[in-house]
Amino acid sequence: MSHVDSLIREPLILGKDKTYRKITDDIVRNTEGNPPREWWIAFAIAVLGLLLYVVAVSWTIFKGIGVWGLQKTVNWAWDITNFVWWVGIGHAGTLISAVLLLFRQKWRTGINRAAEAMTIFAVICAGQFPLIHMGRIWQGFFIFPYANTRGPLWVNFNSPLLWDVFAISTYFTVSLLFWYSGLMPDFATIRDRAKTKKRKFIYNVLSFGWRGTAKQWSRFESLSLILAGLSTPLVLSVHTIVSFDFATSVIPGWHTTIFPPYFVAGAIFSGFAMVQTLMLIARKVQKLEDYITIAHIESMNKVIVLTGSIVGIAYITELFIAWYSGYLYEQYAFYNRAFGDYYWAYWSMMTCNVLSPQLFWFKKFRRSIFVSFFMSIFVNIGMWFERFVIIVTSLHKDFLVSSWNYFSPTWVDIAIFIGSLGLFFTLFLLFARTFPVIAIAEVKSIFSSISEAAQEKERNKNKH
Amino acid sequence: MNKGKKEHKNYIYGIYSHEDNFLNAIDAIRSNGVEIDDAYSPFPVHGIDEKLGLEETQLHTAGFVLGLTGTFTALGVITWISFINYPTIFGGKPFWGLPAFVPIIFELTILMAAVGMFFVYIKRNELFPGKIPLMVDERTTDDKFALAFGTDEMSSDAVEKIKGLLQTSGAEEVHTKSFE
Repeated sequence: MSHVDSLIREPLILGKDKTYRKITDDIVRNTEGNPPREWWIAFAIAVLGLLLYVVAVSWTIFKGIGVWGLQKTVNWAWDITNFVWWVGIGHAGTLISAVLLLFRQKWRTGINRAAEAMTIFAVICAGQFPLIHMGRIWQGFFIFPYANTRGPLWVNFNSPLLWDVFAISTYFTVSLLFWYSGLMPDFATIRDRAKTKKRKFIYNVLSFGWRGTAKQWSRFESLSLILAGLSTPLVLSVHTIVSFDFATSVIPGWHTTIFPPYFVAGAIFSGFAMVQTLMLIARKVQKLEDYITIAHIESMNKVIVLTGSIVGIAYITELFIAWYSGYLYEQYAFYNRAFGDYYWAYWSMMTCNVLSPQLFWFKKFRRSIFVSFFMSIFVNIGMWFERFVIIVTSLHKDFLVSSWNYFSPTWVDIAIFIGSLGLFFTLFLLFARTFPVIAIAEVKSIFSSISEAAQEKERNKNKH
Repeated sequence: MNKGKKEHKNYIYGIYSHEDNFLNAIDAIRSNGVEIDDAYSPFPVHGIDEKLGLEETQLHTAGFVLGLTGTFTALGVITWISFINYPTIFGGKPFWGLPAFVPIIFELTILMAAVGMFFVYIKRNELFPGKIPLMVDERTTDDKFALAFGTDEMSSDAVEKIKGLLQTSGAEEVHTKSFE
């Protein structure tokens, strides 16, 4: 797998006097010693969020989902909005590691580890919502097709909700294996420089006793390539199936064939935004600016402007098709989105998702850390509103005018959402202090070829 | 470790700092008719498999077979449940409607291929949580490359020959290592 490095492109790793040893030091240093004060502060806030989550979810389970703002008209709201939002965020990790691996995009090595971790934590958050919105969580195992004494009564294989069960659990499992198989060699690196016996033991268990022989590496590469090949159609299928939850129904505003590609683009969009938020903080706090460079940030911003524009086109196509269908209810559903009771949610979505990312057509903004950070937050707000708009505005004015209703969240709805952010950040902060945040072996493998290209460049300079 | 290859108790090994020297050394040593038992590196070195004469891994074949197992398991189980064991009418749809089964068949194909391959991978690579790795030098997961030769069944002349080969091939250090 030899490759040619462009001499025009920016180097993927910056900094003078980089050696293999220096790369190990820079990355592993963050898992050694005591965490800095900022980490403890962030961790304390995240754990408070997690506690809030535990309280709100316990209350929901204890009292029933009547404690949410749901009514007979809007019977699906923040629960499923949060679910789709978190699953969407979870798409970028696999996209970065699998799709960019297949396309041989070397810049992925700086961010793939953290992005995959983000995927796993986001899917953990997402997976909570289908369970807690069942109301009777202790009967959650009914969703699996297992032999039983009730007939036997089986699950409905024609239902997209069941497809979702399989899609999400497969996605979680495969992402976890992909992530972990990449982590083993890096855990071995931490193990072999560990000072204490305890630390050595723990990291050896985590590394599965990795040795790093040629045959192990050969199988390692084969495994990553095939898992990447499997994950690529998987990542597209997961959000396609999530969109089927809505698209296969007969509700105006949901029953649209554009949903699968539109949801997938939206998922990549929000996922990249979340990676951007996390990486901008991590590179600063963990002093990894040499590995997660401005060029990485720019590349991610390019993906954000591309997918943001695809999402924008999807919104406009939906409006056009609603008008073109000549179907009154479909037309009203879209008119109601833009100018009805929830106009504020619709226009927040439009501003955050479609208009603001267009700034990234300008190189100056793409390379600005400040703009990138705020944009990444905007995009995630916008994408939350997108799901909220699709779900709630399509439901709140149903076919019977007397049941038209306005949904307002209760404190439990809000606490569960904020709490799920607490769960996510607790997991991510623990990851950032104990795991190598950058794929050490992968960065080293691109480092050697870069240094050759740089030497070549130097030689050419001297000739002229 | 290759199939049928035995673990030695005593090893002699050479350390290299640069990838290119490491690869050239493999050529130099093997051209003298000496086989290398283990080549350690901190990251996957491209082209090392051919140089060492390693056979291509069969992991992808395992993945394919396991994937097919998933496909047919899903198809079989869904067919049995919805067509034979308990046929139920859902909105007037046929009992056996293949398009509706595609998503789950697809997911199970991927799931079985990935999970199965992972287990084949850790089995073949002799990885297990808590396994104590036999490594000649701990620096090979950081910044050094190493070529190791098992010396259990070698005469001291043969060991000296390897030592000489390692030194002429550019090894910066030559050491021996014994495992209990």
